[in-house]
Amino acid sequence: MEGKKNQFFVDGKQLSEAALNRKHELESDPSSRTDCMKFMPGMDQIDPTIRNTVINEMNNYDYNKYTDMDVRRALHKRVIDVEDFKALLSPAAFPHLNEMAERAHYETGKHFGNTVYLFTPLYIANYCENYCIYCGFNCYNDIHRKQLDKEEIRHEMEVIAKTGIEEILILTGESKKKSSIEYIGEACKLAKEYFRNVSLEVYPANIDTYKYWHECGADYVTVFQETYDSKKYETLHLLGHKRIFPYRFESQERAILGGMRGVGFSALLGLSDFRKDALATGLHVYYLQRKYPWVEYSLSCPRLRPIINNEKINPLDVGEAQLTQILCAYRMFLPYAGIVVSSRETKRFRNGIVKVAATKVSAGVSTGIGDHEAKYTHTEEVDTGDEQFEIADTRSFDSMYSDMEKEGMQPVTNDYLYVG
Amino acid sequence: MSDTFTLGNKEFTSRFILGSGKYSVDLIKAAVEEAGAEIITCSVRRANTQKHENILEYIPDNVTLLPNTSGARNAEEAVRIAHLSRELGCGDYVKIEIMGDTKYLLPDNNETVKATEMLSKEGFVVLPYMYPDLYAARALRDAGAAAIMPLASPIGSNRGLSTKEFIQILIDEIDLPIIVDAGIGKPSEACAAMEMGAAAVMCNTAIATAGNVEQMASAFGDAIRAGRKAYLAGTGRVLERGAEASDPLLGFLR
Amino acid sequence: MQINGEKCTPDGRSVMQIIEDMGLKKEMVAVELNEEILPKDEYEKYVPGEEDVVEIVQFMGGGAF
Repeated sequence: MEGKKNQFFVDGKQLSEAALNRKHELESDPSSRTDCMKFMPGMDQIDPTIRNTVINEMNNYDYNKYTDMDVRRALHKRVIDVEDFKALLSPAAFPHLNEMAERAHYETGKHFGNTVYLFTPLYIANYCENYCIYCGFNCYNDIHRKQLDKEEIRHEMEVIAKTGIEEILILTGESKKKSSIEYIGEACKLAKEYFRNVSLEVYPANIDTYKYWHECGADYVTVFQETYDSKKYETLHLLGHKRIFPYRFESQERAILGGMRGVGFSALLGLSDFRKDALATGLHVYYLQRKYPWVEYSLSCPRLRPIINNEKINPLDVGEAQLTQILCAYRMFLPYAGIVVSSRETKRFRNGIVKVAATKVSAGVSTGIGDHEAKYTHTEEVDTGDEQFEIADTRSFDSMYSDMEKEGMQPVTNDYLYVG
Repeated sequence: MSDTFTLGNKEFTSRFILGSGKYSVDLIKAAVEEAGAEIITCSVRRANTQKHENILEYIPDNVTLLPNTSGARNAEEAVRIAHLSRELGCGDYVKIEIMGDTKYLLPDNNETVKATEMLSKEGFVVLPYMYPDLYAARALRDAGAAAIMPLASPIGSNRGLSTKEFIQILIDEIDLPIIVDAGIGKPSEACAAMEMGAAAVMCNTAIATAGNVEQMASAFGDAIRAGRKAYLAGTGRVLERGAEASDPLLGFLR
Repeated sequence: MQINGEKCTPDGRSVMQIIEDMGLKKEMVAVELNEEILPKDEYEKYVPGEEDVVEIVQFMGGGAF
């Protein structure tokens, strides 16, 4: 894979000369960018112990030193410890993929039986103030922007709830100006009327904000770190709040301190060294679970996908087999954690992986804004906002539900009640 | 690389801790010389005019004395006993034992957490004896315990690791030395506890009541060292779930 | 007054004298006076009175029976 690289920079025709100049400066001159390790004023700073521990372990991870023997030993240990997890993510473990799948299958069954949890994401706005060079919503990308108002959100939720879905994941682009704290809070209140579980995947926030969103009805917060390699991170997130690496890292812990019941994690595989990123993601969950054992944890495993205006973006060296190795290692190391496999992956892959390691899949997905009715009824799309990335599995809730049953799984739409 | 564990600010090499109940000079001598004990527990009792033996005379200088609070029925009594033991001048170590039940002599985890909090705030190195419950162990850790001492079986029963599964959970989840206490009857059981990842094993009755105290102390010393070595080596491959599945799980990969 | 759980009448002896009469040495014991530790340098001076509860303790064998 040496030499193969993604070409991320695309200049939209809509940009003014000044904007283009600024964009090019950010892209080409590192000194024009702010220090990504420095908290901005107003950002909560909490105990950095877990962040420091995870980053240290990741930096010292030399995956080439693990041997076949290390992998064999790990495969048959009762409890997979940090060293075993490192061995399972190493190249030496790749020839043992079948045995890893066996063990992962066994652990998944032990903790989750044969259930598979279905949910749907709802994008309510695609405005964004960040320039993340791989993302379709980035502030320089020439896309149609839209933000749903309260009535439009209600309409979307009605359409989705009618399909039988009971958990909704509310997403926005990261614009605190456009999608204010209150705007998201109101969306949570609406969602609570239609769904049993409300999850959020929005910009990182302070503890007080998480507390407020929790009171509005949200119970789960997911924040993707994208990459745990801060040097790489700096070159991908050139502008905006998202640039602040440590603030993003500590989002889940702040959400827990704000009273959320569960938190989700992820690295976007393909951005940096995927073994190191997978290690850091797993350790991030591991150390938080030891500190906050009452919280629910879940991991996602997205790979880079093409976006509008750049269909060439791809996950480089993270093939389906590598992804499977990562997921099996996650499952063995964190048997209690939910594992989400998104519609970025194909129907074939998702049908298979739910029997091995995954416990949660999305259905009836649109990453656009306000187009659920059109997508569900196959009618013409009217004024809708453009999508964040292309999806690979377009199954509706109904067909996902029946496909999972055909695969011998038990689809579940809800497994607990919001109790405040 | 030396393999030690730390309690308070002292490092220990030996993972054998002797309980000195039913003690005799022979027992202490055997434990120190044959099993390499570096820590010996003792209790605080009312002085009387009949028996003037001073246990300190038999304990070598390089051995750390770990006074316990046996006799305490609640946290307040344990704290009083700890104060007395510190006044006796053998350091800040204290093993908390609180038993509010004279029939089973099981430790009271709730009171133990309270006492641990009070004493660690006063600068004691606190080693609480407890019933192996995960939540109690976490509370003890948060209260400032230096190690956790779960019981293997009812005290004095010599019945071995009857709480094995639960002690294993503490070893897996708590980032403190886990010292298996009470109920260990045979060297093989001490060895098993060490293989599981215990930091140390404490025993008393099994040696004190053996046919040959000296030989039994030596056997315990060997067993504990062997178990530790096995733990550090990483136990090898054990096939638990039979052969590989005939229907491969990864058929979906292209 | 009470010494180690036994009732007795004050006889003007100091704590130090009581310890020595028991055949013990100052270094071997700890003393609690009304549930508080009595510092060793008070043993000579302090003479327990009618209301005092005194505990005199020492280390004994013990642990994991």
